[in-house]
Amino acid sequence: MARITFQNVRHAYPPPKGQEPVYALKEINQVWEDGGAYALLGPSGCGKTTLLNIISGLLTPSEGEILFDGVDVTTQPISARKIAQVFQFPVVYDTMTVYDNLAFPLRNRKMSESLVKERVEQIAEMLDLSSSLTKRAANLTADGKQKISLGRGLVRSDVNAILFDEPLTVIDPHLKWQLRSKLKELHQQIGMTMIYVTHDQVEALTFADKVVVMYDGTVVQVGTPVELFNHPRHTFVGYFIGSPGMNVLPCSIDQGRPVFANNLLPISQPVSADLSGQLEVGVRPEFIDFAEEGIPVNVEKVEDLGRYQVLTLKHEKQTIKMLLGEGEKIPSENPKIQFNPEQTRIYRDGWVVEEASHD
Amino acid sequence: MAIELKNVTFRVGAEKHIYDTSLALQPGEFNILLGETLSGKTTLMRLMAGLEKPTSGEVWANGRNVTGMAVQKRSVAMVYQFFINYPSFTVYDNIASPLKVAGMSKREIDEKVHRFAELLKLTPELNRLPRELSGGQKQRTALARALVKGADLVLLDEPLANLDYKLREELRDELPKLFADAGATVVYATSEPLEALMLGGYTATLKDGRLVEFGRTASIYRRPATLESAKVFSDPPINTAIIVKKGQKAKLGNVALWDLPEKLAAQPDGEYHIALRPHHLLPSGVGVEVEGTVQIAEIGGSESIIRVEVDGNIWVSQAHGIHTFDFGEKARFFFNADECLYFGDNGRLIDL
Repeated sequence: MARITFQNVRHAYPPPKGQEPVYALKEINQVWEDGGAYALLGPSGCGKTTLLNIISGLLTPSEGEILFDGVDVTTQPISARKIAQVFQFPVVYDTMTVYDNLAFPLRNRKMSESLVKERVEQIAEMLDLSSSLTKRAANLTADGKQKISLGRGLVRSDVNAILFDEPLTVIDPHLKWQLRSKLKELHQQIGMTMIYVTHDQVEALTFADKVVVMYDGTVVQVGTPVELFNHPRHTFVGYFIGSPGMNVLPCSIDQGRPVFANNLLPISQPVSADLSGQLEVGVRPEFIDFAEEGIPVNVEKVEDLGRYQVLTLKHEKQTIKMLLGEGEKIPSENPKIQFNPEQTRIYRDGWVVEEASHD
Repeated sequence: MAIELKNVTFRVGAEKHIYDTSLALQPGEFNILLGETLSGKTTLMRLMAGLEKPTSGEVWANGRNVTGMAVQKRSVAMVYQFFINYPSFTVYDNIASPLKVAGMSKREIDEKVHRFAELLKLTPELNRLPRELSGGQKQRTALARALVKGADLVLLDEPLANLDYKLREELRDELPKLFADAGATVVYATSEPLEALMLGGYTATLKDGRLVEFGRTASIYRRPATLESAKVFSDPPINTAIIVKKGQKAKLGNVALWDLPEKLAAQPDGEYHIALRPHHLLPSGVGVEVEGTVQIAEIGGSESIIRVEVDGNIWVSQAHGIHTFDFGEKARFFFNADECLYFGDNGRLIDL
């Protein structure tokens, strides 16, 4: 196992003739600690798969270095890196039994049959595959096959990291739960470095200790799920994490406090008064409440999502989303809302403005 | 369009794909087919469209028996999970294709294509080819082509399944709006309970080729007629257990004992099934107390999902805030007895 370090990694795919290269990865400096559970989260085209392929060695970056435990492996081939990879679609040998599928990566490495047996049985046990070991893989359901793929990733004990590229995309929701908690459980048991690529925030937040949010070829924030939810550093993080995402509304600043459509908003940490650039105020739908005094709104739409209701509100031309608990009532006359001052933040050109220093 | 299936079955060889199904869709509304893979969603749609002929039973459209009528003769549009567009046509020509087939004038086509491109935010893309589009744009093109026809019946087979999470969120919000004005009857297949709730309308829960229940989406979610329906309509999986009723008391193994709601107390003593939604089982609070062994706690941004073994059943608690537990930790969880769903041994909901 190893600590993986990215130093000034940039990557551009070969451009069409006569055009400037476009960087799929703009500049990444990132340390993946040994034994961590990471998620790489972002929309399609943000560069997350490129990054994964650079770790595994499928791609050599245009610039920068990758270190495994301080040793430069940038130009090392896939085989030398000891990385296991699990893909979106199950990769299994249909004609082989489940046992032989799981044993395949070990036999390839000339491991003795007694050791193979021990490892395969251990992994099968973890994945609840013990009773199907003698079945042919072809006879398994989609999620059964994907379990084999996961098992083949996990079966080797000599790997530096396991990479998962959207491994649950083809799995039905009710099984997704089981497989995801299974993975998390496995991580806690075997403590291997796991990097999990997904566009699904629920998967990312529940699987990972640390989530790396990518947008347009750069890492915009690295943090625990709680940090990303409570302190989005960039409006993109606010929008992408949370469902619905954070409200981002145009504002101006008066005495360090945001003014949204002529409403001076309370905020727990005022900012310095003279800010330039595009200013916005961000507040999550979870942190808005109805109140006696506040911003007057029209309720345009109420969606009953079971656990909670999503309200679409209008103030002048601005749309604001708000969450309300199951069965909670909407004021029938002149509803007004307030933002939680602790959870209201100001953004300049997309990036959060840190509070004014206290000196 | 009013579409009705009357005692329809469908078999391929010896295998039954659809068991005896009678279903009258709600005309002019969103009708959601909710079920796991292989529950029969796609087959039902193909039967409605006339792409398959039922083994037995009839398909009626607007009061006419259309069983066996070719799909071309019906006013039907279908969108699949995998974006299907003509690869050598521009977005404009893709959207225009059904109108050209219908022999519409150039001016009329031009007006319609622009209107639907605008609606689906495709105007800047009109001259591009499908391979130059993102996944979301490709699927919006397929949707525009289905909409532009002005079909009376629109069948959408998991149209958002292959899109990014956030894009799905946006399109789910837009879709009902897009169809609201068209007046078409929409059938929408999904395997995701949350998607059904977001789209609203009416929902049919399906399981292994059988229709479990059909009705207003919100009422099926809150008061499912059967345990099966409750299971189909829950993500994370709904918590279930068997309780023993004795007089006014319910007993769950050796872990919980509580007073039953009045209507239930009047029922005969014996075993009953209960179902409890994960967000109604909380790590703190009041009400019925159960002890369990925590298997894993997953912390999302604003909520925790805790998997816990309760009297031999695997239950899930979905709670606001951050709740951490160790593997194997014994912990107490709470629920409100009134939020529990109770089912008799025939699997049917007991009304409270």
